[in-house]
Amino acid sequence: MASSASEIPAARLDRRRRSALRRLLSEPLGVIGLVLVLAVLLVAVFAPLVALHNPIALAPIDRFLPPSEEHLLGTDHLGRDLFARVVYGSRIALSVSLGATLLSLLLGVTTGLIAGYGPRWLDNALLLVFDALKSFPTVMLALALVTLVGPSLDAVILVVIISAAPSYARMARTQTLSVRHAEFVLAERSLGAGSGRIIATHILPNIIGPILIVASMDIPVVVAIEAGMSFLGLGVRPPTPSWGSILNDGFSYIRESPWPVIAGGLPIIITTLGFTFLGEALRDTFDPKRAGSR
Amino acid sequence: MATPALAIEHLDLAYRTDEGMLHALRDVSLEVAPGEIVGIVGESGCGKSSLIQAILRLMPANAVIERGRIALAGQDLLALDADSMRRLRGDRISVVFQDPMTALNPVLSIGRQMMDIQYRRDASQPAKRARAVEMLRRVRLSDPERRLEQYPHEFSGGMRQRIVIAMALMAEPELLIADEPTTALDATLELATIELLKTLQREIGCAILFVSHHLGVIAELCDRVSVMYAGEVVETGDIRSVFHQPRHPYTERLLACDPARMAERSRRLPTIPGELPDLVNLPAGCVFAERCPAAFAPCRGLPPEFYRLAGNRAARCYLSRGEALS
Amino acid sequence: MLTYAAKRLGLAVLVVAVVIVVLFLMIYIIPGDPLSVALGPRANPVQVEALRQRMGLDQPIYIQLLRFYGSVLTGNLGNDILSEEPVLPIIMTLLPDTLFLILGAMSWSILLGIPLGCLSAMYPGSLMDRIAAVLSVSVIAVPAFVVAVYALLVFSIWLRWFPAIGAGDGVLDGLYHLVLPSLALGLGWVGYIARMLRASILEVQGENHVRTARAFGLSENKVIFDYVLRIAVLPTLTVLGIGIGQLLSGAVFAEIVFARPGIGKLVYDAILTRNYPIVSGTVLVTTFFFVLVNVLADLMIAWLDPRVRHGLQR
Repeated sequence: MASSASEIPAARLDRRRRSALRRLLSEPLGVIGLVLVLAVLLVAVFAPLVALHNPIALAPIDRFLPPSEEHLLGTDHLGRDLFARVVYGSRIALSVSLGATLLSLLLGVTTGLIAGYGPRWLDNALLLVFDALKSFPTVMLALALVTLVGPSLDAVILVVIISAAPSYARMARTQTLSVRHAEFVLAERSLGAGSGRIIATHILPNIIGPILIVASMDIPVVVAIEAGMSFLGLGVRPPTPSWGSILNDGFSYIRESPWPVIAGGLPIIITTLGFTFLGEALRDTFDPKRAGSR
Repeated sequence: MATPALAIEHLDLAYRTDEGMLHALRDVSLEVAPGEIVGIVGESGCGKSSLIQAILRLMPANAVIERGRIALAGQDLLALDADSMRRLRGDRISVVFQDPMTALNPVLSIGRQMMDIQYRRDASQPAKRARAVEMLRRVRLSDPERRLEQYPHEFSGGMRQRIVIAMALMAEPELLIADEPTTALDATLELATIELLKTLQREIGCAILFVSHHLGVIAELCDRVSVMYAGEVVETGDIRSVFHQPRHPYTERLLACDPARMAERSRRLPTIPGELPDLVNLPAGCVFAERCPAAFAPCRGLPPEFYRLAGNRAARCYLSRGEALS
Repeated sequence: MLTYAAKRLGLAVLVVAVVIVVLFLMIYIIPGDPLSVALGPRANPVQVEALRQRMGLDQPIYIQLLRFYGSVLTGNLGNDILSEEPVLPIIMTLLPDTLFLILGAMSWSILLGIPLGCLSAMYPGSLMDRIAAVLSVSVIAVPAFVVAVYALLVFSIWLRWFPAIGAGDGVLDGLYHLVLPSLALGLGWVGYIARMLRASILEVQGENHVRTARAFGLSENKVIFDYVLRIAVLPTLTVLGIGIGQLLSGAVFAEIVFARPGIGKLVYDAILTRNYPIVSGTVLVTTFFFVLVNVLADLMIAWLDPRVRHGLQR
């Protein structure tokens, strides 16, 4: 069953030449993911236009109102419009997740390059650090840090960066090592090409693809971490709306009204599903081996 | 002759693909007499693998047998239900595949695998074990008792291939199919493995269908040979006749390209110009006509029949039409 | 096998050692006097003195580190700031509850994930397979605490099928209270395991030795369950080992949402009261436990895969 690769007709291989975008779009999950992600991005960017209400305006008389034309998602225990809070919460979620991911990319790739290019002892030491970091339960670390500094979004971001960086570092390191000893690189170096040039032309282009795919899968994780920390009251400070804190407030009053809980959880679900679907579709698009086994 | 061990008659096999039906095997006929060793020669893409899969009925889901008959000692295999066919495998028909390094399950001991395949036997565990030990001894593996407990990665490639041969011949099948069994081995191992096969075949008396692209090995081992090209059998006959006086231009070119047979040292290895035809949209006429140095008028019109010739030979070529027996 | 086990244990010890260093250093990285950082604003002079003794703050750093190590190894993880009780016993009393929850979550993932993965691999491309794939991806994506809150809302408050609070009394009641929280916690892992197993099985099925097994007429059941699954399940075991870490983190949320006793709740309360000794003690205990589980998982894989035992790379 597995052996006759020679029997595949030439025509079948044409599939790989179809444009990547079209392949991505032919995947229903990919389309859904793309739509959801774009929706969240647009909402975050155009928050003031979309929100219709002030997210921190108190109106205790109007607490726990169900959804209506006036309040699309109802109101919370302080009478604040839930829809507006959710809309502004998207800014927190996205800025934290995209920012943290970008920073951990930078940290990780740089460390990986150093590990690959540097002396052996440095490489071994860094590898040990990566492995140890992988063994840490992230949230526990974040909790420890937050105990010391008090609730802080920055602390959470720091922990996220430190725990996400090792996987990028490993990828960068592997690529660096394989390129560093490749013959064509030795040839280039003998012609005077510096490390910087080698990195730019041979290493970075090769890792961009896989790293971006991993990053796109990490973003929903960071969204979840931020929401989780805010849910525990350890992330953003009130009255800043974060989806996690909306959920937390709603949870305290869950028996009074389900709407705050629904309002808090829904955007988290939409965002994490959207990025995950998109990431999966991206991965399938660029990895023909995986696409075939479906 | 007596009922052939294997008889394939006019076999057509195609794969359903997005681009249409891919005709992998067309009008394939061949026979292997009991105790005979028949070789199949051809380049990659000639249909050897499809043929083996068809005989074993381990074809991919998109394969369709459009026409033909496959008979084992007279019994129509294509008419069997899946379960009966499965019980045949490893019992009356066995296979030795090409790559010994990946042929065995890496997490089970050799002994376990050799005993599992004896499930058809109504025998005790010790009896099955004894049989496994005996087979290992016959393929000249030292200390077989201890070997049974070991795992595949503890053996070299050559040893693993011998283990696979031992497994294949354990039930004394009527037909052994060998799919390039020595291609992955180096030259000295190759010779030793061929010698082993010859010896065992004499002892057990099974028929062998030996697939290879290595002409030297085929010449050494086989009684008769079928040459395949692009899904068809283009020539058949006994080894000496086919290799010394080939009837089909493809056979000629194949022999000429064999580095071992070149009379003089030359800087350029001869090749056959051109490419394999598209098996979805077959050309009209003879499938080799594009690349054939001897092609003439009728070749591009209709495909030639498989003309039977004197001396139990056959060739699918208009050049042989003149001598065709009625 | 013995050398492999020794190597794994050595690595595990190293990781725990590093964690201890990090926990220790954290106090110093934060700006301010280490004592007040560690004990927070509520500390009273007695506690400050006890900590000063324990850490020997007048000594150079590496001596302090050694003393810290020493106290950890003798089981002294510091004292709770409020109650002044030793931390380790507090944690050990509550640990079993959390372990119970985690065990429940793993059970769900195995009970649901493995059959789902097998079925998907046996009928690839079918409608069932595709629906399972979408569901798997979805449950992995959505964070466990959101699932927990929604589960509470739907199944406890609206439908009243399951209790919302606490861990119950006795075995049966305990299990009844366990259903919802453990399911919420383990749901993501159901998807993860199902996907991994499916991919594993399909990959192994394409390998030559499976072709050999079929060519020798072994029944499909034997091929899948005895030959293929034995290999395909190995990556899943690795993942389970890593999953414990995530489950530990998730347990914090599950215990808070369902008001269950356990170290999650302990840690949460400790954080709110800036009770660092409890938090660092819990981190230490959980890391140790997590590392232990990973080592066990690796050893089990070695036991199942002879190639690993003999030190070969797959």
